[in-house]
Amino acid sequence: MESYSRRWVLGAGATTLLTAGLTACGSSDSTGSSSTVTAFVYGDDATKVQVKAATRFNASAAAKKAKGKIKLEKVPGTDYPAKLRTAMGSPNAPDVFFNWGGGSIKAYQEADQLVDLTDTIKSDPVLSSGFLPSVLAAGALKGKNYGIPMRGMQPVILFYNKSVFAAQKLQPPTTWAELLDINKKLKAANITPFALGGADIWPELMWLEYLVDRIGGPEVFDRIKNGDASGWGDPAVLKAAETVKQLIDDGAFGKGFSSVSYVNGGAPAVFAKGKAAMHLMGSWEYSTQLGKFPDFAKTNLGWSAFPKYEGGAGDIRNVVGNPTNYWSVNTRTGNKDAAIAFLRDCASEAYAKDLVANGDIPTTSNAEKLLDSSPNPEFAKFQYQLVQQAPAFTLSWDQAVDPDVSTPMLTEINKLFVGKSSPAEFVSALKGLK
Amino acid sequence: MPGVVFFAFFAVAPMVLAVYLSFTTWNGLGDPKPVGLANWQKLLHDDRLTQSLTVTVLLTVTSWAFQTVVSLLLGVWAAGRQRNRAILSAIFFVPFLLSSTAIALLFYALLDPNFGVIHQDTLGSTSGAFLAIVFVGGWQFIPFHTLIYQGGARQIPEVLYQAAAIDGAGRYRQFFSITLPQLRNTATTSSVLMIVGSLTYFETVLILTQGGPGTDTAILPYLMYEAGFKSYDFGYASAIATFLVVAATALSLVLVRLTGFGAMRSTREGM
Repeated sequence: MESYSRRWVLGAGATTLLTAGLTACGSSDSTGSSSTVTAFVYGDDATKVQVKAATRFNASAAAKKAKGKIKLEKVPGTDYPAKLRTAMGSPNAPDVFFNWGGGSIKAYQEADQLVDLTDTIKSDPVLSSGFLPSVLAAGALKGKNYGIPMRGMQPVILFYNKSVFAAQKLQPPTTWAELLDINKKLKAANITPFALGGADIWPELMWLEYLVDRIGGPEVFDRIKNGDASGWGDPAVLKAAETVKQLIDDGAFGKGFSSVSYVNGGAPAVFAKGKAAMHLMGSWEYSTQLGKFPDFAKTNLGWSAFPKYEGGAGDIRNVVGNPTNYWSVNTRTGNKDAAIAFLRDCASEAYAKDLVANGDIPTTSNAEKLLDSSPNPEFAKFQYQLVQQAPAFTLSWDQAVDPDVSTPMLTEINKLFVGKSSPAEFVSALKGLK
Repeated sequence: MPGVVFFAFFAVAPMVLAVYLSFTTWNGLGDPKPVGLANWQKLLHDDRLTQSLTVTVLLTVTSWAFQTVVSLLLGVWAAGRQRNRAILSAIFFVPFLLSSTAIALLFYALLDPNFGVIHQDTLGSTSGAFLAIVFVGGWQFIPFHTLIYQGGARQIPEVLYQAAAIDGAGRYRQFFSITLPQLRNTATTSSVLMIVGSLTYFETVLILTQGGPGTDTAILPYLMYEAGFKSYDFGYASAIATFLVVAATALSLVLVRLTGFGAMRSTREGM
């Protein structure tokens, strides 16, 4: 019985202990002393860029003028959203915090916890002309800006294994028909066409994001994102789901894809070792491969845009993925001037240079000329131009909608991929999400 | 006294707050808003709850059967006084010392269809994912229950076996006529621990299957986690939590009543 009560505390009680803290101290509005501005950042390898920025800012004249210093808190682990939510509901909320824009900050906006940066950006040329407009817009909510881009762009790209393609005498597909043709040839050679980390579910989502865009155009998801669940009934969604089903039935992802994970390195390994020829993945695939299979990343990793779908409404130049990450400011901050002054540093050339040196592609307008010093200039320029020329950059669906919609949405996507629901059932389940 | 304070603060207080939260809607920001019975009505009509209950019961029963049979046999075997058995028993105990998370991650890697030991889509099929959870849970907890059975088996008086041997009973007859009946109370203790324990199974499911494929292994604690920490619907999550507490308490009370756990009769009456 002892283990029972302990686990109960962990499971059921964790949420409620937070309430106790909240109701006890919720009325206090101060977030620490006014001279220290706390910033929560997702604690991965790329954080070193933000660490440098904080050091630079703390020594700058801007910091002295605003009488504030930045204290970075690296929040480790994949559960960043849940940890941020907990902190934001407590008196120890950060002044500035990392986020994905869109649906990831909607609840904070509704709770009046986000500083509206629209006018700040408009009146400040450094900010207003500092970033690619499509990226700045992708993080906005109902036309208002709440975030400043602070990391590299992460478009979803069709990666391919150059040595496999050379051995099979193939070219990356530009149309869907070509893609199907390539699949046929690869399967004849006993190679799985696509690596897919189905266990994580979000890699499956990428396929639907691109297919819906290519078939029905970016407007289809735009409508859904703005709260119209009947938008799931658009024929493009059904068509995309049917296309996915055909790919699965056809063995395009191999047999065991739902047990393969991206996060634990399974899918990248299948791809790097040539068991699978292609991998639809965010641009971070490059740095993942560089870490795990450096030789493959440097010599055999190829990339290309997602192919066009014959008869579809979407432009082949459209991109899906995460435009970037953003800094947002908490309305309860004790020193808004210092927080905003720190955010302005993200538009600086020094910041962009640090990102480039880290292998990231900044979303700043000055980035292109810096890309020659990137560890892989060719890949860097491909990405930059892909995003710069994109008529539409659709934010990853799971980040664009509210968490209470995205959770069941991911479950439904998983059911479609494992064959638990048919494309028609998939569509009707999604229409039921409010 | 410190125990009471500890229990009140870390168990009773959160429990009361969870009951309160189950009558509100709260996304973690601002103040919870009272919504009356809305969460409870949703719970009653949630298809996923029915599915989740079914899976939870199935998992509990399967885990119980698997763990009991294996631990009983291992425990009786380990009760022997031979030196090799002592050494092997010590090794068998190791899995219980590892953290559930580490064990789940280990098996997750072993089940990878391309680089693991079984080249199958184990976690992608309903039965595969379910059996994987049962097996991994068993692998972790069987050592503990083996220990209980080992202790129980060692308590059985040697004279019973000697008498049986004189009467010409073989090893199997001795096992079924002496060992099993003598282990009745041990089995009850172990079973109650197993059943209540599997109701709060969580890490293994979170890491191995995330409730998948689809929602096929989403047991109650996972459903609660998903509602709370993925959808940020803490009100609904608290309703599930309260339901779980009530169900688990009721079940353990019934078990105690049915098995006579509270008033165990000695297995040695009349000896």
